Amino acid sequence: MKKTFKLIDLDCANCAAKMETAIKKIDGVKSAAVSFMTQKMTIEADDERFDEIVKLAVKECKKVEPDCEVVVK
Amino acid sequence: MSKKQKKNLVRIIVAALICAGGFFVPTTEETFSFLWFLRLGVFLAAYLTAGWDVLWKAIRNIAHGQVFDENFLMSIASIGAMIIGDYPEGTVVLIFYQVGELFQSIAVGKSRKSISDMIDLSPDYANVERNGEVLEVEPEEVAVGEIIVIKPGEKVPLDGVVVFGSSGLNTAALTGESALRDVTVGDEVLSGSVNTSGLLKIRTSSEFCDSTAAKILELVENSAENKAKTENFITRFARVYTPIVVIGAVLLGVVPPLFDGNWSEWIYRALTFLVVSCPCALVISVPLSFFGGIGGASRHGIMIKGANYLEELARARTFVFDKTGTLTKGSFEVATIFPEGISEEELLGMCAAAERISNHPIAKSIVRDAEKRELKIDAENAEEIAGYGVKAVVSGREICVGNARFMEKLGVPVKNADTVGTVIFCACDGKYAGRIIVRDEPKENAAQALKKLTELGADRKIMLTGDRKNAAEAVAKTLGLDEVRAELLPDGKVAAVEEIYAEKPPKTALCFVGDGMNDAPSLARADVGIAMGALGSDAAIEAADIVLMNDNIESVPLAVKIARKTHRIVTENIVFALAVKVAVLVLTAVGITNMWAAVFADVGVSVIAIINAMRAMRTNKL
Repeated sequence: MKKTFKLIDLDCANCAAKMETAIKKIDGVKSAAVSFMTQKMTIEADDERFDEIVKLAVKECKKVEPDCEVVVK
Repeated sequence: MSKKQKKNLVRIIVAALICAGGFFVPTTEETFSFLWFLRLGVFLAAYLTAGWDVLWKAIRNIAHGQVFDENFLMSIASIGAMIIGDYPEGTVVLIFYQVGELFQSIAVGKSRKSISDMIDLSPDYANVERNGEVLEVEPEEVAVGEIIVIKPGEKVPLDGVVVFGSSGLNTAALTGESALRDVTVGDEVLSGSVNTSGLLKIRTSSEFCDSTAAKILELVENSAENKAKTENFITRFARVYTPIVVIGAVLLGVVPPLFDGNWSEWIYRALTFLVVSCPCALVISVPLSFFGGIGGASRHGIMIKGANYLEELARARTFVFDKTGTLTKGSFEVATIFPEGISEEELLGMCAAAERISNHPIAKSIVRDAEKRELKIDAENAEEIAGYGVKAVVSGREICVGNARFMEKLGVPVKNADTVGTVIFCACDGKYAGRIIVRDEPKENAAQALKKLTELGADRKIMLTGDRKNAAEAVAKTLGLDEVRAELLPDGKVAAVEEIYAEKPPKTALCFVGDGMNDAPSLARADVGIAMGALGSDAAIEAADIVLMNDNIESVPLAVKIARKTHRIVTENIVFALAVKVAVLVLTAVGITNMWAAVFADVGVSVIAIINAMRAMRTNKL
């Protein structure tokens, strides 16, 4: 499954890169992209564990930039 | 400016004023005297006003294990400067840092907005007719088959078919060409175009998420996922750059003073190093440039699916074109008919009857011509043989219509004088019955477009076609192509692309341009696949890396120019940022520059790089 999430207050380009690296390291993530320009995060991961992986990804984002909010619909 | 940015601006101004006040307090040698405390107090107040959030973020991020975080590095540098007694420096560094951050945020926000304005396709609302009433709703809420009303000046929110009214639609937002398309009852309209004159009612044919406008928007928005190699390189570089500079700072602050004992001087230099250690200018300007290039291209109806394709296109030196519909108009006309033992009309009628089942443009032209002459065209058991032609039964006779290969396969000897154009042969009950010559005129601007590509350094321009060799060569000669691969079967095109791919010079890219209908494999095989005239064709949008919404072949050299310009800007930014940073690091190490220069190397360079990156959006004067 592949899904895109909106990011609010992603203020620094380097943070976006750091988030992307961290999310890619999560077990079960096939591909991930964090775009500073479009303020969006795309995650492709295993279907069964998708929600769990998204939660972990949000946690990683918070670690890098605590002010940045991920809109999980 | 957003609320957050305004708040930061006010804060920076207040901090700057307090800091300016600090400069009026005379310095004193006497530690812990009143003046000493006053001076420290004023600067400390300015320092905290400007940078409390930086300090706070630094503490929070350290707790998360983010050691090389820019907030942390700035905090260390400024606190260090305060401790060794350089209050003005420590304070001003932080104020400048905030100014730079604010500037960056404004510039990025601005360019992000102007790029999204450029792709201004998404409708804000739809007027839907329900139970005799017209309601204004979100486009997402309209179901397939509902009737929507579009007033003059409004954007078409969803794809559909006109059921009432007639008007001119401006498709500029979709195709980049400001052309009016007249529509009336029964015509299909695409979302994203603008109604210019009359009131239209249309029956929607898709939901919003499947509409043309939504698809194009998605394409451009998702383009950020396909990152360019340069961007990935810079991100990797940033990961090692910061630690290296920090280690350099530590060594600089510890090793030399062991020999000369001048601790405060070396620590000052080390702190200056920390200010330069943030790779922001690089990390921010590269994706911004690519995004700007993609946005600028979209204004011309050139949709690019990712920065990586923009990068590849900049390197493209080999261009492979599909002939029909790409270099030529794709609409064939019957030029001459050579019947053999039957009348001209009889031959045309037979061929048209058989060809009626085929969707091939050549077949269509024959049918069109027969219809124009009001010939009877009825056939039974018609069957298309891909790459050869059509076989059918017409008035009880077995008719085979197709190319020379087909006749050869059937064992029918044919007559063939050399003529310019594509020859269609006809066999009736296994006997040669004549031939029809059809011609496909090259597009008016095709030669011009190819010339522009040559000027841009396209070393090899090759045309692929299923046409006969001499016909193809005649077209190639008038257009100025370098090579032709003719008489290719549908699957022969990919093989030809493979072959040419193997021959391309190292470090260059191969670009394939086609109409996207039958060349999906070739589009996929090339480094960059460009599909033309893709508006309304999902298959083409799906298959290609770069999608030309219009049918204008000159968009190809324009896309190359945009790609080159973007690439040049990216290179400029990388070289400029690295050169300034390295220079400041070296000068700092030998003690020539100070922290002011370091702040410039950090935020100043970022801002300049961002402004430069925004140039990528400007594509009007290419």
